[in-house]
Amino acid sequence: MDRMPPWADAVLVPLFSLVLAAILSALVILAIGESPTQAFWLMVDGALMRSAGWGYTLYYATNFIFTGLCVAVAFHARMFNIGGEGQAMIGGLGVALACLFIPFPHWIIALLFVTVAAGVFGAAWALIPAYLQATRGSHIVITTIMFNFIAAAVLNYFLVNLLRPPGSMDPATANFPEATHLPTFQEMFSTAETTLFRGSPANVTFFLAIAACVVVWYLIWRTRLGYEIRAFGHSETAARYAGISPVRITVVSMLISGALAGMMALNTTMGEAERLVMNATEGAGFIGIAVALMGRSHPVGVFLAALLFGFLYQGGAELALWTDIPRELIVVIQALVILFTGALDNMVRMPLEKIFLSLRRKEA
Amino acid sequence: MDYLTLLQILDSTIRLSIPLLLACLAGLFSERAGIFDIGLEGKMLMSAFFSAAVAFTTGSVWIGLLAGILASMSMSAIHGLASITFRGNQLISGVAINFLAAGMTVLIAQDWFRQGGRTPSLEGSARFQELTLPFADALRGVPIFGPLYADLISGHSILVYIGFAVVPLSWWVLYRTRFGLRLRAVGEAPEAVDTAGVSVIGLRFAAVAICGVLCGLAGAYLATGLQAGFVKDMTAGRGFIALAALIFSKWRPWYALSACLLFGLLQAVALRYQSIDLGGFVIPVQFMDALPYILTVVILAGFVGKAIPPRAGGEPYVKER
Repeated sequence: MDRMPPWADAVLVPLFSLVLAAILSALVILAIGESPTQAFWLMVDGALMRSAGWGYTLYYATNFIFTGLCVAVAFHARMFNIGGEGQAMIGGLGVALACLFIPFPHWIIALLFVTVAAGVFGAAWALIPAYLQATRGSHIVITTIMFNFIAAAVLNYFLVNLLRPPGSMDPATANFPEATHLPTFQEMFSTAETTLFRGSPANVTFFLAIAACVVVWYLIWRTRLGYEIRAFGHSETAARYAGISPVRITVVSMLISGALAGMMALNTTMGEAERLVMNATEGAGFIGIAVALMGRSHPVGVFLAALLFGFLYQGGAELALWTDIPRELIVVIQALVILFTGALDNMVRMPLEKIFLSLRRKEA
Repeated sequence: MDYLTLLQILDSTIRLSIPLLLACLAGLFSERAGIFDIGLEGKMLMSAFFSAAVAFTTGSVWIGLLAGILASMSMSAIHGLASITFRGNQLISGVAINFLAAGMTVLIAQDWFRQGGRTPSLEGSARFQELTLPFADALRGVPIFGPLYADLISGHSILVYIGFAVVPLSWWVLYRTRFGLRLRAVGEAPEAVDTAGVSVIGLRFAAVAICGVLCGLAGAYLATGLQAGFVKDMTAGRGFIALAALIFSKWRPWYALSACLLFGLLQAVALRYQSIDLGGFVIPVQFMDALPYILTVVILAGFVGKAIPPRAGGEPYVKER
């Protein structure tokens, strides 16, 4: 018997967790001697009240949509891909190599090719952990953690020893050619009279992220592969009995997951920095975990949760600018969201289930 | 390479191995009881900050150590609550703890000291001083053995010797006591332990608490022994190297010692030499940095002896289905 209607499971549980995380964050802000309400309005003001603020919010959200989908796809096959960070780093390497060494005539063609490059590089980085999980039973969580560190070392080697322009001290590639410049929101939406999104990094990749949400939705709920992935996630034995190959599903879903993480690099590397720097991912791979958990692994949920985290990131930067609250407050909020929506899920769920049960008894 | 250089590298190997060793043994107790713990990093970080902050405020490193252990144990309590009481996902809980520690330490450090997320540097009795073992100075003149004893064996802080002592102690507790037998059983077949009338929940909480104490020691050593004060993200992935060492040692204490010494040696060599030239073939420093992780993946893949984790690891125990 279902203890709760599906809408309550999809909406109330994450919302309840969010409220708990918000209360605790407010207490943290109080404890360091600042006013939570003032901090909240400062965040709203900085992130949502001006178009430039929206430009940053949507820029961060773009990253989190990709990494959130990456974790969500793996969750559907009941795998925990912690390696989004490393896959995004290597995806960035793919973006940089394509942008630097292929002479693209126009940004649209560049975007098509570079998306493929980012996806292929990210997927390649997920391939070995996926293959080892499928055939040798090596735990995917541990191998993807290890591959995050190996990715950092690989990226470091490429940037310091191979791709750094001569004479430069900075471990970063040269600037990408002009033809690979992606249109920013400022260039797309400003009219002659009014400048919108002034100086903000949001760019055309945002629409690619929305497209990715649609594609992932279609893939998971409307294709045979998606059905197989979900069946495998629900019960491996049943899936095997139905003739679904566990090796194939494990590898394919991790490749999709890795490709999505790799595509995040389009936004940071091609869209914003226009060169590859050492810490391009900025932990977005890990925020994907919080986003996927909050979004209940559904593309719509992931999209909304990514917007929320985009708001938190931009708002947090504003807080650090105007108050004594450091940016790390966002890391704490992120931790609390992961804790309540992921690990303490039962703690949130149990009281809600009790309420619904007693409501149902009254009806009967 | 001359003898003194070798001694210096081995000396820094010991210093760098100790935090890995303590964290690795911490993970050993937790995972042997069936609770996966990828939050070692966060617990160490929490302890590093609170030990340094309290040692600075009180001027006593011992009170600092106590505070560090308590801070680390409070993280353990959250992990226990999530993964034992509420039967949540242990891996997700570990991830949350890592982020909680990374954020809270900087937030509190900024609030207390206003130095950009660090503590002021520790001096005098607020730090663990290096101990000189008996006769170290008198024996220094003896060839070969003298420098070995005076520079390598003597001259570390007390936590280093405690760290090495924890290895046989863990072995003894796990393999020679009733508690150890039950703890290992609860990681393999909790239903059997339950049938015998022993509390699975109690044993698992005990294991998680021991894990907190050992991570506390590791973090305190980082901030008050190895370095003089806390800086942001000072654990720098050591919790994950410890996790790698744990898998490398296949969840056994003596192997954990050798794995941690090996990974400490890799860190010491990477710290001293930027890149190693092997007659025309250069090993880049990045490869040395990545080697512990690569070795762990190779071990996990089972190409060089298979690493089999405790059977009930990661599974919350439900009494009656």
